[in-house]
Amino acid sequence: MFDILIVGAGVVGSSVARALSRYQASILVVDAACDVAEGSSKANSGIVHAGYDAVPGTLKAKLNVRGAEMYPSLCEELGVPYRRNGAMILAFSEDDRSTLKKLYDQGIKNGVKELRIIEKEEILALEPQTSPEVVCALLVPTSGIVSPYEMAFALADHAAVNGVEFRFQTKVDSVRWEKDHWEAETNQGKIQARILVNCAGASSADLHNQMGGEKAEIIHRRGQYYILDHPDVLPFDHTMFQCPTKMGKGILVAPTVHGNVLLGPTAEDIQDPLDVATTAEGLESVLKAARLTWPGLSVRTAITNFSGVRAHEIHGDFMVGKVAGHAYEAAGMESPGLSAAPAVGEMLEEIIVREEGLEKKAQWLPAPVHPRPFNEMTDQERQAAIEADPLYGKIICRCEVVTEAEIRAAIRRPVGATSVDGVKRRTRAGMGRCQGGFCSPRVVEILAEELHIPMTSVRKGGPGSELLVGTIQEAMAKEAEA
Amino acid sequence: MTEKVITCINCPMGCRMTVQMEGKEILKITGNTCKRGETYARQECTEPMRMVTAVVPVEGSRMPVSVKTRTPIPKARIQACMKALSGVRLTLPIHEKDVVLPDVCGTGVDVIATRTLMA
Amino acid sequence: MTEKDLVIIGGGPAGLAAAIGAWEDGIRDMVVLEREKQAGGILRQCIHNGFGLHRFGEELTGPEYAQRDIDRAKELGIPIQCNTTVLSVTEEKVVTCVSAEKGLEIIHARAIILAMGCRERPRGALGTPGTRCAGIYTAGTAQKFVNLEGFMPGKRVVILGSGDIGLIMARRMTLQGAKVLACVELMPFSSGLNRNIVQCLQDFDIPLYLSHTVTNVEGRERLTGVTVSEVGPDRKPIPGTEIHFDCDTLLLSVGLIPENELSRTAKVELSPVTSGAVVNDLLETSVPGIFSCGNVLHVHDLVDFVSEESFKAGHAAADLILHGAKRSDTIRVLDGEGVRGTVPQMIRRGSADEVRLMFRPAGVYKNASAVVMCGDREVARKRAMIFTPGEMAVLPIPGNKVAELDGDITVKMEVKA
Repeated sequence: MFDILIVGAGVVGSSVARALSRYQASILVVDAACDVAEGSSKANSGIVHAGYDAVPGTLKAKLNVRGAEMYPSLCEELGVPYRRNGAMILAFSEDDRSTLKKLYDQGIKNGVKELRIIEKEEILALEPQTSPEVVCALLVPTSGIVSPYEMAFALADHAAVNGVEFRFQTKVDSVRWEKDHWEAETNQGKIQARILVNCAGASSADLHNQMGGEKAEIIHRRGQYYILDHPDVLPFDHTMFQCPTKMGKGILVAPTVHGNVLLGPTAEDIQDPLDVATTAEGLESVLKAARLTWPGLSVRTAITNFSGVRAHEIHGDFMVGKVAGHAYEAAGMESPGLSAAPAVGEMLEEIIVREEGLEKKAQWLPAPVHPRPFNEMTDQERQAAIEADPLYGKIICRCEVVTEAEIRAAIRRPVGATSVDGVKRRTRAGMGRCQGGFCSPRVVEILAEELHIPMTSVRKGGPGSELLVGTIQEAMAKEAEA
Repeated sequence: MTEKVITCINCPMGCRMTVQMEGKEILKITGNTCKRGETYARQECTEPMRMVTAVVPVEGSRMPVSVKTRTPIPKARIQACMKALSGVRLTLPIHEKDVVLPDVCGTGVDVIATRTLMA
Repeated sequence: MTEKDLVIIGGGPAGLAAAIGAWEDGIRDMVVLEREKQAGGILRQCIHNGFGLHRFGEELTGPEYAQRDIDRAKELGIPIQCNTTVLSVTEEKVVTCVSAEKGLEIIHARAIILAMGCRERPRGALGTPGTRCAGIYTAGTAQKFVNLEGFMPGKRVVILGSGDIGLIMARRMTLQGAKVLACVELMPFSSGLNRNIVQCLQDFDIPLYLSHTVTNVEGRERLTGVTVSEVGPDRKPIPGTEIHFDCDTLLLSVGLIPENELSRTAKVELSPVTSGAVVNDLLETSVPGIFSCGNVLHVHDLVDFVSEESFKAGHAAADLILHGAKRSDTIRVLDGEGVRGTVPQMIRRGSADEVRLMFRPAGVYKNASAVVMCGDREVARKRAMIFTPGEMAVLPIPGNKVAELDGDITVKMEVKA
């Protein structure tokens, strides 16, 4: 029996787990996927929104603004790359100006600072690559960018060093209240806990309904993206939005914290939340719309495309709080869910502590210190790093300059990488222009060594994604049988 | 009479040649641009030959050793050669040109190592 | 910071030949920096034969070809420092590299030869839609798994692109017990050698789909299938032509890109056509004392030509170190009709050395000539039964003709009426 069961190891679940790890309680986080941040958290725009976008008075507005405030110091504390690069919402017609004005007013009401509507000349002076068709823009200096999955990994690690247990490939099929505790039926057997917290992303409505909440329904909205290789000079420093529509914030062109360029997302309602395929039409529409902002766009430097699915609750707002006795939730966490995540953790912490009377631990360990990525070190730091650990002298990923020491460290983290994708998201090995062509065989070897498994058991992601089907002798033997 | 179509490999022209045959006898070759094409077509129709290259696992070495037939062998024996090689187990050290499998499948051709692997 | 006469970046066939060339001319204070644990580059995993026919007059396998240069380098005493990755090169010819053994090293060189080779275009660069499951590899990655590690990446295979590595892997996977279902090529012609089409596809009854491409990738965790569609003359898929293949593996052989990240840090001017450095007839880049050769300069078809070019770079670097810079005014070599990516892009004015122009025809030309023009004057001509984009064309300009050049020259294709 656990004190607290958190369902979902996305950025929200990890944030809640970290917040609750301050208290005297046994906490288990389960996730159906094979790693932290495998759902919406890994595939979104990575924007820390300032908070002008949400309707004043909603939880979205409140938690976004508070979350955005928390980001700079939290990222500093956790060692997560974050940059306040500012954003612009572009208007391409005088009609759009009224939309910008509405966003401006909303932002002021929500407490967003430094907002300003700027005209074409200033836009082009700040961002010369912008289309000359632009009329005016809402300038949002407090908008930021973050690596969303690295944020989730860091939150999970911090929770784990403070005793939170993480179990993956554990899918909660149903939950029910039994006298004095919750029982969760999972593919890995029954799990019992006194307190249940639903942070299940795409499945959060389903769980919400089982927990006894008023009926909720989630629409799965897929967004497709392109990633471009990091150029010598970024085309845009700001996150460049277009005027929003009712389906979302429109197609953006944005730098990432790692210096790549992100284009997207589309907004398509789909049936299956696990359907993260991209489509020819979707990718085409991303490029078409992105060219409105950036006429000079060339896809020659595209290094990958991907899609993510966000959980849109039909009532439109986040659902954060108490659902039933000893049952809490953070459901319907679509955009600005990433921006809000730290504040969601804070809010649920406050409610759960009050309701359940949790006591603080005598000691709460600080977040594990991550050495600076080798790629960002100075020559002196590199020299020192190699002297301390010669594996820093072995570059595995050439494109992103990732060392063997860092890959091994990623696997050994409190909630460590167990797959090639897990290594990739924690270290950037394979994120570069060759997309793992050179480094993936070495990463497979290192994973096999670190996890003490055969090479043929090393996976790209979840079960069934093994990269190698057998040794060449086995393949020949099988053919001989057939 | 049978007809065989053969793509010449001697140059990027890749002439598609038609070879008319009566049993094993070549009656006529058409479609070639030069003499080399005809010679190649004749060889391909009578006894096509191929080099076989592969790798063989070596005890105590992560890396398998690469091997080749010393000279081309009949194309029809490629699969048999691969099968024979799949039964070969080697130990370190191995030197380039070491015979890995003598007279593979009775072709009279040895399979030899193409790289050196030291202990 | 240490000083060296010559630093060669890359210990593949290009770097080794460049090192041997420079050593033979008397350079001793040099080092070859190689990131892998052994020299030889990509040849180490190219276990098939067909290398060395031009240079050695015999057909060698990749490892055998590489070993000849490694043996020669060892015999001469050329220092090859393996397990060493170069992080940056500056315009001032300062090379920063790291290794587990020596830590971070900073070497100031009098001359540098860039010989980093090339890499394969990944799926992302194609924008192929679908899922991002396991089972999609570049042909070279699959080749590494099979030939250097002894593992099979899959059992039922579709190959996208008919580049030589893809064709070679079609045969390799088949011989190793996998089923190769199809080789799919976007263009109406293959970019691979005929010999490979015949011996790697036809020998094993593997169909080649020209003017086709992969239009969808399916599979949540591991690849379960791909959709292949015919493309029109605009290379866009034609609806209604879809063919589905159940497969667990998709190998990509869709082009090679010179790996010029270090050239960029050194501010070497790059050609948008070849993606390699812009060089003069000595293979010297826009940065004095930095030379470029092999697949990092432009992607070759035959290693023999890589070696030939790289010896030349080695000799030129040695000459610069021993006798000082010989830079002079240059004339430009321009791509004319039907010609893409001619190397070198510049010729020293007044030189009387033979220049071997290399380029790729933009299409298939039968019974055609490649012609070099200086204004209205024909400088050189090469006639052939066929020119194809899959085979690099070599067009020598004799020394006496080079000496006469008095203005920019243009290389173009000419088809007999």
